[in-house]
Order: sequence, then C-alpha cells, then structure tokens
Amino acid sequence: MAPLALQPVALVVFLVLFALVTVLGFMGAKWRRGDLDTLHEWGLGGRRFGTLISWFLLGGDLYTAYTFVAVPALIYGAGAIGFFAVPYTIIIYPVLFVFFPRLWRVCKRNGYLTAPEFVRGRFDSRALSLAVAVTGILATMPYIALQLVGMQVVLAALGLQGSGIWADIPLFVAFIVLAAFTYTSGLRAPAIIAVVKDLLIYATVIAAAIVIPMQLGGWAKIFAAVPAAKLTLPVPGAASLGSYSAYATLALGSALALFLYPHSMTGILAASSGRVIKRNAALLPAYSLVLGLLALLGFMAIAYGVAKDPQFASGFAQYKGNFAVPALILKAFPGWFAGIAFAAIAIGALVPASIMSIATANIFTRDIYKAFLRPGATDLQESRMAKLISLIVKLGALAFILGLPATAAIEFQLLGGIWIIQTLPAIFCGLSRMRLRAGALLTGWACGMVVGTAMAASTGFKSAIFALHMGGLLAPGYAALYAVIINLIVSFGLSFLLNAMSQSSGRRDPAEHFEF
Amino acid sequence: MPQRSRPRASLWRVLLILPVLAVLAVGCFNRTGPSLWGFPFFYWYQMLWVILCSVLVGIVFFIEDARGHHEDDA
Repeated sequence: MAPLALQPVALVVFLVLFALVTVLGFMGAKWRRGDLDTLHEWGLGGRRFGTLISWFLLGGDLYTAYTFVAVPALIYGAGAIGFFAVPYTIIIYPVLFVFFPRLWRVCKRNGYLTAPEFVRGRFDSRALSLAVAVTGILATMPYIALQLVGMQVVLAALGLQGSGIWADIPLFVAFIVLAAFTYTSGLRAPAIIAVVKDLLIYATVIAAAIVIPMQLGGWAKIFAAVPAAKLTLPVPGAASLGSYSAYATLALGSALALFLYPHSMTGILAASSGRVIKRNAALLPAYSLVLGLLALLGFMAIAYGVAKDPQFASGFAQYKGNFAVPALILKAFPGWFAGIAFAAIAIGALVPASIMSIATANIFTRDIYKAFLRPGATDLQESRMAKLISLIVKLGALAFILGLPATAAIEFQLLGGIWIIQTLPAIFCGLSRMRLRAGALLTGWACGMVVGTAMAASTGFKSAIFALHMGGLLAPGYAALYAVIINLIVSFGLSFLLNAMSQSSGRRDPAEHFEF
Repeated sequence: MPQRSRPRASLWRVLLILPVLAVLAVGCFNRTGPSLWGFPFFYWYQMLWVILCSVLVGIVFFIEDARGHHEDDA
C-alpha cells in the first residue's frame, strides 16, 4: 500500500492560513484591551462580546473539527442515522433561548465565571459544586483529544506522514502554537480566530454543495448512488421503537447536554448581554444548515467511490470512515482549494480546543483551587493558575492522543456526553426557585453517573445506544437521556421527602437568599 | 431579600416547542418521497426545520423585545 502522497500546493496554502491565524491569536491579547492578569479578562474576555463575535465564538465552539470529520464519516458509514446531528442542532436553540439568558444574568450579577460557581451559590453546597466541576473537567478532556484526532486526519491527507519520531511532529507543532496563544491571549484568541475559521468553513461547504453535485450530475444522482438501506432509517419491527427512538433520543439528549459542557458555557457567559444570547439563538441555526450540507459530504464520498481509489487506501486503512471527507476534498477540488478546506478543518480544531482548555482552567481555578485549596487567592494568583492549567490540560490531551489508540478518545468522549448531562438538574432547575435539596441533587447525580456508565459498559463502550426494555416494548435510546431521567426522578423524589420531613424545623431554602 | 416581581415569560414561547416536536416525530418523516431538488424527503424536511426554527426563535425574540421583556438582559 502506497503512503499518502504529499500535496505541495495544498500544503503551502494550508501553512499560509495557519501562520495567519497564529499571528491573529497572539494579536488577540491587544484586542479590546483588558487586564489579562485577571481571570475575568483572560478566561471570559471581560464579558464583552457582542452579537457578531458571540456568533462566531459559539459557532466555533459548537461546530468543531471533529464534527466536520466525524458527522460525514458517520453518514458515509452508517447512513441516515448520522443525520441526527441536524435535529440535534435544531433543538439546542430553543433550549438556548429559554434557559441561558437567565443563567447569564445570574452569573453576571454574582460575578460567577463558571457553572459550578453558580451551583455553589444557588444551593449553598460545596460538595454539589465540586461534583459539577469534576464532571465538567472529565467530560471536556477527551473532547480536546478528539479535536487533535480531527487535525491528525487532515495532516495525514496533506501527506505529512513521517515515520517514527517524525510522525507526530506536525501535530506537536500545531499543539505548541495552540498552547502559546491561549496562554498569552486567553479567550480573545479563539474569538478572533473563530472569525477566520468560520469564513473558511462556509466557503468550503458552499463550494462543495455547488461544485460536487455539478461534477456528479446533480443531487438526485448523489442520493441515487447511496444504497437504499442507508438512505432512510430502518423501519422498526413490531414491539420495538428501533431506530426511531434511537434517532430521537440521540438528538434530544445531545441537545440537552451541549450547553452544559464547560466550553459552551464559557462561550455563553462571555456575551455582553442576555439579549446577545437571545439574538444568537435565532442566528446560530445558520451553522446547522451548513452542518446538514456537510453531513451530506458523506454521501458524496460514496457517490464518488473514494474508498475504491488506490491512492487513498492507506488513509482509509488507518483512519477508516474519518478519511472519507479528506479523500473527497482531494478528489473533487484543485490543490489550492483543498488547502483552504484542510486549513478550515485544522483551525476548526484550534478554536474549540482553545476554548475547552480555557473553560477547564476556569473551573479548576474557581471551583477547586479557590474553593478548596486557597480561598484567599488574589486576581493575579487566579489568572496564573488558570494559564498553567490550560497548558496542563492540553498536554494531557496530547499525551492521550499519542499514547492511546484513537478509539479510546472516542469511547471516553461518548462517556463524557453521558456524564455532563448529569449536571442538568442542578443547573437548569437551579435557575428557578424550586425547593430542590443539594443532598438530593448530589444523590441524583451519583445515580445518573453510575447508571449511565453501566449502560455504556453494557455495549462494551462501543455505542451510546442502550436497548431499554419497557414491559414488552423495546426502546433503544441514548444512554445519556435515560440516565438523566433517573437522575431527575431521584433528585425530585428525594427533595420532596426531605422537604416534607423538615417542614416543621423552620429550615430556610438557600434560594430564599440567593440573588437571581 | 430581593423578591422583585418579574413579568412572566410570554406565552409566545410555546412556539419554540414546535421545531422540537417536528424533528422528534421521526416516524412521520422517515421516507424518501416527495423529493425536492433531488433531496429525499427525510433530508429536506429536517433542513427546512432548521430555517423554521430560526424564524420562530426570531419571532419570539422580536415580540418579547417589543413588549419590554428585558428581565434577563441586564
């Protein structure tokens, strides 16, 4: 099997764009200048991003390099089920509109930079806050690692495949660049770079949606090339909801989990007002449209027959379906445009990876370091700690990718989704004055974590879909959603019991003296 | 204790449930026909709801904005 050929033209374009965003990342430190020795400025951009920058920042945050590679790869391999990314990215916007302007206001009013801080203030519980903090960090780490997987595939497609020690050098260089500009500029860096990244992504997807159907003789021809079994979901048999419940629960569960991730939370809290968030709930769906077209690149790859082309054989052997999109780009576009498309994907890894490491650093600093280790930490100590943690987190992700097989990162990320959704009751219900008890929420969280992990383990960590039997009915569904339902039942049931028992003791609910 | 009375969320927010229900009713759109510009129904239906979702969120935003629901915007 011949190694992947070096693509000189694409590589030059790629390097020029990569150099451009590197410069932008460092210049970010001077943009809307603030005191970067405070966590509020370094880790949240001073809460100053208006509608347009928030649109780019959140778009860069939610639609990542891994999305661009893995969603079409799923469509390419598994067909219609992979399109769940579209309903998923529809449902997130009503959720964003209803819950998050309020969370933004509460956090702004109380000076909170993270979700666990809000939980600590709202429920007056350090233990519950710590649970939310640890869940956030655990769920984000493999997500950062996956961004590097997305980048690896692109670097390979460019022909940058050395052997031995040289094999990982390009990824290492990209990683150092990422770590350095995040360290110096904080959240301003990904906010600026996100603008470039999204312009490149839009150009790539729009070009692909026009050029490739023209080359292949129209959209109808593309869909006609797809085997019928992949074109729609298999119709469930009797006494089973089959693929229908799997599809719907994947979309709903992923949507509920998305904004609980620390990096999306950071993107939201960095907005300059609740109105900015509401506007973005109406404007961000533009990305979902792009994602829908992008997903269909998977079918274009089938129609093009990229897997049969011997020049890509070693790429498919190593990266499986994840190589479908890079192969399609190389086949359908001239070298210079392939360079733009690959740069879009690689930069699409830098933006979320940077925000994720900042979000994790904010949480560690505010909710572990300051909450438990050094309560009197000054602004300067806080920002120094956060910068250091942002480096450590990225080193961890790099070690993960270089040390473990790619499937490990994917399996952990699958678990991450199941874990992060367990913070939903504390965060969403905490926005109201509901009399939920911290102990009950903590118990619910623990039940959700255990049950969700066990469901994933029952599939050997290969699938997020758990085959739930309800009486005679089989309802396969997203384990995260099933686990959080158990979490909610425990949280509400136990709170009800505890409240009933302490009715006469004159106990005051923390919500009564919390400033919403 | 700050117990400001806030205007209740507007009833228009019920509109926001529509896109969620529309894309969760998988059985209703899991078919290939009728196709549009070569796209099977399954695909163009869901893409259409992306646009409708954006429009509905925009409508609710403008109505609430005009009526002065600024409680979360501080």
